[in-house]
Amino acid sequence: MAYQNIFTQVQLRGELEAGVPLGPHNDSRIGPFGTSWLMGKLGGAQLGPIYLGTLGVASLMCGFIAIEIMGLNMLASVNWDPVQFVRQLFWLSLEPPSAKYGFTFNVPLAEGGWWIGAGFFLTASILLWWARTYTRAKELGMGTHVAWAFASAIWLYLVLGFIRPMMMGSWAEAVPFGIFPHLDWTAAFSIRYGNLFYNPFHALSIVFLYGSTLLFAMHGATILAVGRYGGEREIEQITDRGTASERAALFWRWTMGWNATMESIHRWAWWFAVLTTLTGGIGILLTGTVVDNWYLWAVQHGFALEYPATGVVDPATLPGAPQ
Amino acid sequence: MNMVNRLVAIALPALLLAGCELGTKEQEQVGPRGTALVLISDPDTKAKVGDIPAPPYELTAEMVAGDKASTAYENVQVLGDTSVDEFNYLMQAMTTWVAPDGAPIKDAGCTYCHNPENMASDEKYTKVVARKMLQMTRNINATWVPHFAGQENAGVTCWTCHRGNPVPVNNWSTAKPDPATINGNKRGGNTPAPSVAYASLNYDPFTDYLAGKENIRVGGKAFPTAASKAAIQTTEKTYGLMMHMSQGLGVNCSFCHNSNNFAKWEDSRPQRVVAWYGIRMVRDINNNYITALGDVWPANGKGAYGNRRGPHGDPLKVNCATCHQGVNKPLGGYKMLKDYPTLKGAAPAPTVAAAPAPAPAETAAVDPEALLAAEPAAAGAMMVAATRRGKTSGG
Repeated sequence: MAYQNIFTQVQLRGELEAGVPLGPHNDSRIGPFGTSWLMGKLGGAQLGPIYLGTLGVASLMCGFIAIEIMGLNMLASVNWDPVQFVRQLFWLSLEPPSAKYGFTFNVPLAEGGWWIGAGFFLTASILLWWARTYTRAKELGMGTHVAWAFASAIWLYLVLGFIRPMMMGSWAEAVPFGIFPHLDWTAAFSIRYGNLFYNPFHALSIVFLYGSTLLFAMHGATILAVGRYGGEREIEQITDRGTASERAALFWRWTMGWNATMESIHRWAWWFAVLTTLTGGIGILLTGTVVDNWYLWAVQHGFALEYPATGVVDPATLPGAPQ
Repeated sequence: MNMVNRLVAIALPALLLAGCELGTKEQEQVGPRGTALVLISDPDTKAKVGDIPAPPYELTAEMVAGDKASTAYENVQVLGDTSVDEFNYLMQAMTTWVAPDGAPIKDAGCTYCHNPENMASDEKYTKVVARKMLQMTRNINATWVPHFAGQENAGVTCWTCHRGNPVPVNNWSTAKPDPATINGNKRGGNTPAPSVAYASLNYDPFTDYLAGKENIRVGGKAFPTAASKAAIQTTEKTYGLMMHMSQGLGVNCSFCHNSNNFAKWEDSRPQRVVAWYGIRMVRDINNNYITALGDVWPANGKGAYGNRRGPHGDPLKVNCATCHQGVNKPLGGYKMLKDYPTLKGAAPAPTVAAAPAPAPAETAAVDPEALLAAEPAAAGAMMVAATRRGKTSGG
């Protein structure tokens, strides 16, 4: 028989596993539904049971309403033409209210009110889903690390769409819903505020983002490399000699003089991921509220290099300049 | 299964790369290294410098010095001080430039503007337009010298924009206003529009910036001030205009800007000053010449020669692409004007016989210092050295 590990395991077909019994004050689970060969290539072959519960149902409903508002607004923008909807989908947008409305909720639906509505339901959906990750973890007697990591991403989302627009006093500062439009927003945001690359919190966010991919690659590669010794069964091997766990640790000790432990590598990964959006959110929040031009700020603080001037003078400052 | 996998393995990367332009790119370093001040162009997709028609015949000094057109012809309002010989020479050239014989248009040739029975008559609206355009051409060449970096004989003729067409190919008109409801409302953008290089940006940045005089600048000081009010949505409109300029001139952002801080003039290239004057020049053209013609432009479907107005009813106007047509120096920088001295206008060219400059209502004052600033020689020595390095090491 071919070599087996967690990714190549034999897909057993038997009675479906319903999981541990649920305690009181829980809703019922749905499923299990059956097994899937394809899903079994990626992870567990069994689908379900899924615990949806009140929070899950409410979250899905809010998410559905949000996506409906966005999609129907986009469909309306192409005069309800399904062909144009598909052709132009990447360009279509549901835009926030313009600057003249400031940060009020009294905005006509066609002038951005739909954007506020979609944002409200999307936020509700996300927060309900967060509560779900928290309560499900508690129910299983787990820590709530997943919920707090998710909360870090929600922080960045809320800063972009709600907290910063509130502090700037204008919905117009928020991100439109749309594929290219939100990318154009990102570029325009950076240009408007003097180049986000000179925002130190943006820089930190990039460090943690790229650091996350590096850690993910190192850890994933290490565990796969010791899979032949059962490396995925990390903790149970930790005290024995010659195990996958010891080999993995020795590999890094030999190559970089030091090794993370089977436990600490996951803390490294968790913190890098969490800090990506945490620092990113701080950087966005400071933009426009505290700093208006990050390049000039960075030059002022010795953080960016000022190059020799090219000798160009702003023509608008010359006497008699045309309008 | 294997076959399907292989097909997917080949087709998927191919699809992902479909938007890429293959082939070697040309690069030129134009600023300190490490600042991404590199001009990158793809020789395969670079716009071609168009043909330039030769003058009808040689224009000699005696011909230029001859009797004035006003003594020989009636109703010569602009070129009255031009000699009869140069006048006829120019008329022949203009026919080639705007409505050449044999072109697939109605009344191609002299009769596009003139009634052959009475050449002096203004009964055809195209003649009234042509007169205004002559005034405009002279004004551009006399007033907007900073846009031509002050070089002698640099400037425009009718050909620069028209290229043998009665209406220049690249033009714009105000986009239809957005409806009050969400039906068909694209918020002025969010459309794959060629005017802004198929971005989802505002597809009509022209009405506010190239006819109107709204503030294009969005960058502020280090810390927020009362003046730093530009919204992201305004920034996207500016961004849209810049995409048009980039496409219209066939250049990257770094042709004018240092991308470390797009707003800062002290780190910009001299070309940005030239472009700044260009924007003001285009406003002058659109407001004081094209729009100023008012109802001379026939309503769409009413004129003899087809539509001259946009969906909103305003006349077709010019933007950067009208002259540049994808080339950063229109016609490759060929100084066509040297063969047509009477088009130079009056103000800063004393060698030309003083033709009465038809000054429009708002002529712009030009400071000679600005010209100096526009000279590439004023750029820092470090930049020049960097350019040289970039050129020699390029492979």
